[in-house]
Amino acid sequence: MSQFICPNCEYVYDEAVGDPHEGWPAGTPFADIDETWTCPDCGVREQVDFIPIEEFVHNDQDGNIISAETRSEASPQ
Amino acid sequence: MYEAVTAEGQTITWRDPKRYFWIGSGIIPLIPVLILPMWGATHWTPIWFFGPFFVFVIIPLLDIAFGLDPNNPPDAIIEMLENDRFYRWVTYLFIPLQIVVFLFACYLLAGGTFWTVTEPLTWVQKLGLATAMGMVAGIGINTAHELGHKKEKLERWYARIALAQTAYGHFYIEHNRGHHVRVATPPDPASSKLGETIYEFLPRTVIGSLKSAWELEKKRLARKGQSPWSFHSDLINAWIFTPILWGTAMAINAAFGLQTWQILPFLVVQAIIGISLLEAVNYLEHYGMKRKMLDSGRYERVNPSHSWNSNNIGTNILLYHLQRHSDHHANPTRRYQALRDFPEAPVLPTGYAGMIVLAYTTPLWRRIMDPKVVAHFDGDISQANLHPRTAEKYLKKYPAPEASREVAA
Repeated sequence: MSQFICPNCEYVYDEAVGDPHEGWPAGTPFADIDETWTCPDCGVREQVDFIPIEEFVHNDQDGNIISAETRSEASPQ
Repeated sequence: MYEAVTAEGQTITWRDPKRYFWIGSGIIPLIPVLILPMWGATHWTPIWFFGPFFVFVIIPLLDIAFGLDPNNPPDAIIEMLENDRFYRWVTYLFIPLQIVVFLFACYLLAGGTFWTVTEPLTWVQKLGLATAMGMVAGIGINTAHELGHKKEKLERWYARIALAQTAYGHFYIEHNRGHHVRVATPPDPASSKLGETIYEFLPRTVIGSLKSAWELEKKRLARKGQSPWSFHSDLINAWIFTPILWGTAMAINAAFGLQTWQILPFLVVQAIIGISLLEAVNYLEHYGMKRKMLDSGRYERVNPSHSWNSNNIGTNILLYHLQRHSDHHANPTRRYQALRDFPEAPVLPTGYAGMIVLAYTTPLWRRIMDPKVVAHFDGDISQANLHPRTAEKYLKKYPAPEASREVAA
């Protein structure tokens, strides 16, 4: 059982728990969830945008442009 | 005072200059009550129309007087600032004030007397009071908006209560799961198009948002094998607060031996005014903006260039930083006190309150906003969210830079 996280608001989908309110009973594999399902908390990331929690370092709620891809370029080092 | 260590290892301190100003947002639910002393002093019937005067004249003047606030919290402080519960209590404060003032106003609508109101109000005075209630109701949707975006269940229930006055319970579903997903795209009912008047936009957004909310809930409930017509529906369990609130008002009036159902027309009027106020704000938040369609068939992610902002401190205090709209769409769950201004984001000529007045005067709106949209797309409005009815006219009026050069040659 794995966990997947929304890179914008850090909502976590835990396969063991599912998200019954959203209609995903406990044990629903993340891969079985619709690709267009939006994060239930922020609404601005979809299933395909989620990342395995082990790969998550920091959310992309920073400066200029919000996409996770540009985060490392955007943050001043 | 907050203290934090930045990613570079520097210790910084920061004080929020707006901290105590936020309490000022509590003036909004009190608007109908403010009329009472003014009525006592003047006995001038038009004073009952003070609500719209406050929102559309006084607040825009305050914006001009107090100017801009470019203050941003440092990145390292944002999390602490969000966790400071003081700011939550400011938003929670709005709701009991809103409810008590609503019930009191309903008492006056039913012919009740209190303090300076020694005689039951005439119907013109009641209509004026209903417009003041409408201002509270509309800005109440903004409070619900702030609360409905939060992860805490309790705050989402508060949002439902704040929406009861306008019967707009579906707003927090449609706004979070519909509008935020599709913002600045042609299918979004709550994103206005270049060339679309506010009078065309209002019915489109009200009906479109309702339909969209219903579809979203139906889809979610279908996954659970539940009916959209049950209390499992987050629409129904939000809408239910309206008959509870309106019914409570009538029950209280009955206890005083006053009118009951007779106040209904005024309740409908104040709800329509409140909804129009909120939707006028929707109209100006994304006027003409369009996200690019990517090769994958998805729209590009929302970025700061897709929303109109304003840093006028007057309206910003009263609307919980709603005008820092680019950051809100980038980070929808971020709490109001931590929203930042992006220097590269599109900026409106004045605060939202003044812009609403402009929005309702279509020729003036077009004269001021259309060139701003054109400039935003560097002259190429084929990239804008064009309204089908006026698209051809607009493309002719504002030819793309290459096309105009060809004409010149």
